[in-house]
Amino acid sequence: MSIAVRNLTKLYGEQKAIDGISFDVKTGEILGFLGPNGAGKTTTMKIITCYMPPNAGTVEVDGLNIEEHSLAVRRKIGYLPENNPLYHEMNVLEYLEYAAELHGMQRSHIQHRIKEMVHVCGLETVRHKDIGELSKGFRQRVGLAQAMIHDPDVLILDEPTSGLDPNQIVEIRNLIKQLGRAKTVILSTHILPEVQATCDRVLIINEGKIVADGTPEQLQQEFRGSESLTLELLTNGADALQQISPKLRALHGVGSVELLGQKNGTARFMLHVEKGADVRADVFRKAVVEGWVILEMHRKATTLEEVFHKLTAG
Amino acid sequence: MKAFPNILPIFRRELKSYFNSPVAYVVIVVFLAILGWFFSNNLFLNNVASLYIIFDSPLVRILFLVIAPAITMRLLAEELKSGTIELLTTKPVKDVEIIVGKFLAAWVVLGAALLPTFLYVLTMAFLGSIDVGAVFSGYLGLLLMGGVFIALGLLASSLTENQIVAFILGFIFVFALFMIDKVLPYLPTFMASTLEFMGVDFHYSSIARGVIDSRNLIYFASILFFSLMLATVSLERRKW
Repeated sequence: MSIAVRNLTKLYGEQKAIDGISFDVKTGEILGFLGPNGAGKTTTMKIITCYMPPNAGTVEVDGLNIEEHSLAVRRKIGYLPENNPLYHEMNVLEYLEYAAELHGMQRSHIQHRIKEMVHVCGLETVRHKDIGELSKGFRQRVGLAQAMIHDPDVLILDEPTSGLDPNQIVEIRNLIKQLGRAKTVILSTHILPEVQATCDRVLIINEGKIVADGTPEQLQQEFRGSESLTLELLTNGADALQQISPKLRALHGVGSVELLGQKNGTARFMLHVEKGADVRADVFRKAVVEGWVILEMHRKATTLEEVFHKLTAG
Repeated sequence: MKAFPNILPIFRRELKSYFNSPVAYVVIVVFLAILGWFFSNNLFLNNVASLYIIFDSPLVRILFLVIAPAITMRLLAEELKSGTIELLTTKPVKDVEIIVGKFLAAWVVLGAALLPTFLYVLTMAFLGSIDVGAVFSGYLGLLLMGGVFIALGLLASSLTENQIVAFILGFIFVFALFMIDKVLPYLPTFMASTLEFMGVDFHYSSIARGVIDSRNLIYFASILFFSLMLATVSLERRKW
């Protein structure tokens, strides 16, 4: 079940919430939607789920246009909105039954399916409780259970782990991964490790535009270049700023050298390394020649966090 | 119903939700307490065994002015506030199904408040004789008028996410409809007949008197339809 988004634009008054974005999601893919708050993630999801129409552009879910075949599209989608709104006065079973009925499921099939979802989402112990009494983690599971009650081919989850504690986050993440195997999933988040942990592909969106698209590894590759090397040396009396820095700077592949600090005859440097270069061996040889003792050498590769920061800040 | 399969589940959920929360009970108790007070005063102090209080005096209609918006205020405002409207409208459900399902549930709650008054009718039947036709047309009139009030209250609830505002707006809507034909003496005569026809009391009185005229039925049906249509449009505002 594929999703094709073409030149999607949505205006809130004068302001462009999303600005001509296009992307595809293939069947069985888990797509992570990444971006700072207000970037347009939620808006995009609201459009795909037929909550509101775009000002321009089209979305097709399994070849069906969301505006022309709204009901048919909604039948295929399971949606967990932002902040996971639920009816607090209903109990878990009642609510799941209601969600199933609204999806037009067969009476005979509903009870069986509810049992299955309660089991999969780990809701056995709270199934007779009012949703208002549940902890945030359980509510999130109820939200997931209602989104999947009709066994949709497409799952759209808006910040499925927001507000959960670290243990719950891992649980929900595993649940999504496990359930997402046979489905097309779009999930939004601003928690970066989440994307690395769950998603096949990442889409970074900023100010309504897509700024990066690829697997987490690809993005890290692509936006390298700002790789850095932390170095701590026993200087043997040499002046760190005057004598050592220029020599390090002279090594092939080193972009710039920063003195982070020195004390008790040791000095810490940060070497900014040019894209694709690996200067560790050269640093070692230089140290041997100069008689410095390397106490620490640590290479820091670009993380997705830095990619994100680079693409979306200022 | 085949074309609108989701009216029933929505209706059921709303009705359950009314009786799971204090709303329905409070409304029904307040309504019955006030009505019962006047009814028993009339019966025991004035020694008059009559259904005048229920069908002819404006008491029930005035109570409806308050309890109808009280019943409807949460219907959409609550969902708009909590965001559950997003869950509902992203299910394969038509907006009109949401409106009609909710309308019917609230109407049933209003009807449930009216139901115990049938005991008064039975009491009267026991004490004397009652005009079955008048009772029937009286209840029909009250139900139709209540339906119109509920529809207007639902419209008010669709306009805001604040339940208090929804209540006040709803009250203003139904009060305006109730008062239109009460201001006739202050208006030029050429407007009188038109305004009289627009007043809800005028049509109620006709029906309660036993004149179940198509004009009266069309009046109620068209206001009901119009209010529900506006509420549906208002729900679609998210798409603008």
